[in-house]
Amino acid sequence: MDNWSLVSMCVLLGLTTRWAVSFNSYSGASKPPMFGDYEAQRHWQEVAYNLPVHEWYLNTTDNNLSYWGLDYPPLTAYHSLLCAYVAKLINPAWVELHTSRGYESSSHKLFMRTTVLIADILLYIPAVFLYCFYLSNGSSKKKVATALCILLYPGLILIDYGHFQYNNVSLGLALWGVVGLGSGWDLLGSLAFTLALNYKQMELYHSLPFFCYLLGKCIKQGLMGRGLFLLLKISLSVLATFALCWLPFLSEPQQVLQVLHRLFPVARGLFEDKVANTWCSLNVLIKIKTLLSRDAQLLLSLALTFLFVLPSSIKLLTKPTMWQFKLALVNSSLAFFLFSFQVHEKSILLPALPVCLLMNELPLMATWFLLVSTFSMLPLLLKDGLLLPYAVTSLAFLFLCVYLLSALHRSSQELHLGSCYNLTRGCLSARNFSLLVKC
Amino acid sequence: MASPMNSDSGWFLALALGVSFIKCLLINAYHSTDFEVHRNWLAVTHSMPVSKWYYEATSEWTLDYPPFFAWFEYGLSHVAAYFDKEMLVVRNLNYASPATVLFQRLSVIVTDVVFIYAIKECCKCLREDKGKELLWKPSFILATLLLWNFGLIIVDHIHFQYNGFLFGVLLLSVARHFQSRHLEGALLFSVLLNLKHIYLYIAPAYGVFLLRCFCFTQSKTGKSFTVLFKTCIGLQSQRNPPKMAFFSSLDGSVHWKSFSPFRFVVLGSIVLTTFALSFGPFIALGQVPQVLSRLFPFKRGLCHAYWAPNVWALYNIVDKVLSMLGVKLGMLDINKLPKASMTGGLVQEFQHAVLPSVSPLVTLICTLLSILPALFHVWYRPSGGRGFLRCIVICALGSFMFGWHVHEKAILMAILPLSWLAVEHREDARTFLILSTTGHFSLFPLLFTAQELPIKILLMLLFTIFSFTSLKKLFRGRLVSSVEATYLLGLIPLAVICELVYPLTPWHHTLPFIPLLLTSIYCALGVTYSFIRLYISLLTVPSTTSKGKCQ
Repeated sequence: MDNWSLVSMCVLLGLTTRWAVSFNSYSGASKPPMFGDYEAQRHWQEVAYNLPVHEWYLNTTDNNLSYWGLDYPPLTAYHSLLCAYVAKLINPAWVELHTSRGYESSSHKLFMRTTVLIADILLYIPAVFLYCFYLSNGSSKKKVATALCILLYPGLILIDYGHFQYNNVSLGLALWGVVGLGSGWDLLGSLAFTLALNYKQMELYHSLPFFCYLLGKCIKQGLMGRGLFLLLKISLSVLATFALCWLPFLSEPQQVLQVLHRLFPVARGLFEDKVANTWCSLNVLIKIKTLLSRDAQLLLSLALTFLFVLPSSIKLLTKPTMWQFKLALVNSSLAFFLFSFQVHEKSILLPALPVCLLMNELPLMATWFLLVSTFSMLPLLLKDGLLLPYAVTSLAFLFLCVYLLSALHRSSQELHLGSCYNLTRGCLSARNFSLLVKC
Repeated sequence: MASPMNSDSGWFLALALGVSFIKCLLINAYHSTDFEVHRNWLAVTHSMPVSKWYYEATSEWTLDYPPFFAWFEYGLSHVAAYFDKEMLVVRNLNYASPATVLFQRLSVIVTDVVFIYAIKECCKCLREDKGKELLWKPSFILATLLLWNFGLIIVDHIHFQYNGFLFGVLLLSVARHFQSRHLEGALLFSVLLNLKHIYLYIAPAYGVFLLRCFCFTQSKTGKSFTVLFKTCIGLQSQRNPPKMAFFSSLDGSVHWKSFSPFRFVVLGSIVLTTFALSFGPFIALGQVPQVLSRLFPFKRGLCHAYWAPNVWALYNIVDKVLSMLGVKLGMLDINKLPKASMTGGLVQEFQHAVLPSVSPLVTLICTLLSILPALFHVWYRPSGGRGFLRCIVICALGSFMFGWHVHEKAILMAILPLSWLAVEHREDARTFLILSTTGHFSLFPLLFTAQELPIKILLMLLFTIFSFTSLKKLFRGRLVSSVEATYLLGLIPLAVICELVYPLTPWHHTLPFIPLLLTSIYCALGVTYSFIRLYISLLTVPSTTSKGKCQ
């Protein structure tokens, strides 16, 4: 069968799954007064459309920050503005200042879900296929199979199309960054990643590997010649992109500080709700939250995070290859997830993306991790009434990966033995994938 | 190139599970009034005694399927009791709690196991080429075309019906005939008739085939009648020059002396026993007229509220155009025209203005006339299982084209068996592509909600892309001519107009039936064309291996 027909069928399957999941409820459905993330996104459209730019992040009479104030960087706000323009064309009541609070209707839900789908079609899905076709090995059928498995990763589908978020935009842009870097288009790759960073500040989890890879590459090319030129090119373009995104806020330093204050709410504590990282787990035995002061907690998490990120970053600096880069992405994002401050359970999607990229080389580990990551979000999904789609998509993903990936390998026994061997030799540390492969 | 997929049955399980997962995801999609219909039947069969089943009329959705289906619902109702007892109360009209939806949807998904088993049996009957890559194997293509059939998924798992397991019984019966297990096949078909009487459409095919191939144990090597027959119907085949036609007719006609009364009696008793089991209780209660009136409600009009894309839809539109022309040209008085409320589109009784009105008898005669040549062909030139299958498709399509009050969903009865023929013959593949694409498109108006629009488009594209690319690879080369391709591509602008553009126009409220009309007429052309193509291929395809034999 031709490649294009296989690819289009995979895309259609991915889109069908996504849209079918979107039939279900979203976060905060019919739960006044605060509702949930869905209402937050709708509220941001309202704020972005009705208020001038410099008021978006400020606490004013028109913009009460305690009711879902904007806490993502400016690109999210611009995206919300774009959606708001479309919303205004269809039904102005959806983004009316103040009066549209808590607006819920089936047509509005359809609109919101469509915005997510369009973002997927434009950003995430093309990036997945580009990655699988140009940056992974194997026959074309294997590439298509890997792409299908990545597309059907339940965690992202359930959060974006169930709970309701736009992770596909930031993860899609980050993936474009990976594709750019892997294809040798460093400038475009770093640009894409900068945009991702300006969409969601959580992409900082991925930033260190990008930085170390590019720096390492520059060093390799010689810091006196081409390397320096490359370094300058990249730095200038990154700074220019930042400046462009933050342009409306650069007029006053106070503005910038306010935005940063919204993006990094250190006042909210070490963690909230239940999240599958060390702090929350440790808190069961040792009440860290009460034992240490807030500043001490901040310092401790910072120190531990950097401690665990350092080895892979240094390795990447000295040996900037794609393989090291992918492993460093996994390592960095997992270290941040496990030890960082104020981590949400949805942040597991950040390690999940690089693990998806490892599907070809480490199928068993990747599949296992991706299933566990989805499971770790189960309490959130249950709260949103997404048990049925969770069960179906997880089972489907498990079955699909086991069937497709094992069918395309020589024998599944080799698969199991190889991975188990690495497992025992690497003194199983779920976080240190780089250690795992090194052995 | 790619290493082949490992285990042989692994791919079948993967396909079956994959589609089942999609079906599970559609549990919370829109469901039509058919959902309430089946909930009502669960309630009626559970709470009422058998004597009241066909009299119960609390809900407008009275029991109008044969008794075996009622017993099936009765069996389901016992499982339903574990999900939500409230759905089994007859008075709870339109009761649709989450547990009820879950139960009903799961029941369709679980009973599809019969369909999956039947497909496995069908795949065994195919002629396989060893050493072909998996994605090119006829059995893989057939399994996907059947398991992932777009029409079946949206009718069963969104609109809500139980066609999956019924088609499973049908395909299993056909597979048994292929395997020469005729008695089992006959039994399965009798059971099927007592599950849903719409399969009466293809009962003539079964009757003629079983009589010819089972009751007559041998075929003669005579020639006279077949040559006569061919000359009578004026068949001039370019591919078979007269000499060839003479030789190829050296077989197939009936050897009258080989009639086996024993076989006939066994067959008859199987059929009669099944019907007796089914209707027995109602015969004893003297309720047969009531049951029959429920099963065959001829008071309904020539066309369903949404015109199925058949001949009568074309007939209606020609009548309407002529009457409008007649009024414009002053030849007809507008006040004398019957008040057929075309504006509503929900007309049941449709009085034709210019062309003669059509009665049920006329439709019956037309249907019989349309399927008679195919039946003759099976009688005089039986080509084993494949000839029988072709006859089934023609009977189903003929009844669809000319039947009374045909539902657009009935097109599936022609599309699904045709899939089987499509993976074996090039001509059938061509017909299948046209019929399935237009037939499936004609099902679009069933899902009219905005939420389901992306699903139906995505699944339709998925199925269409797969069927075109897989059959093209299987038969190497172009399968649709330019004209046919243009017609099929015309479906895209039609979809855009009906789904996106028209709802935004002011006519959307005054003339809401226009998109339905356009879809129906456009698809009727494709369906009619496929019907003609099927007949041409029936009468020109020479019997290849099975020279008039029944095996």
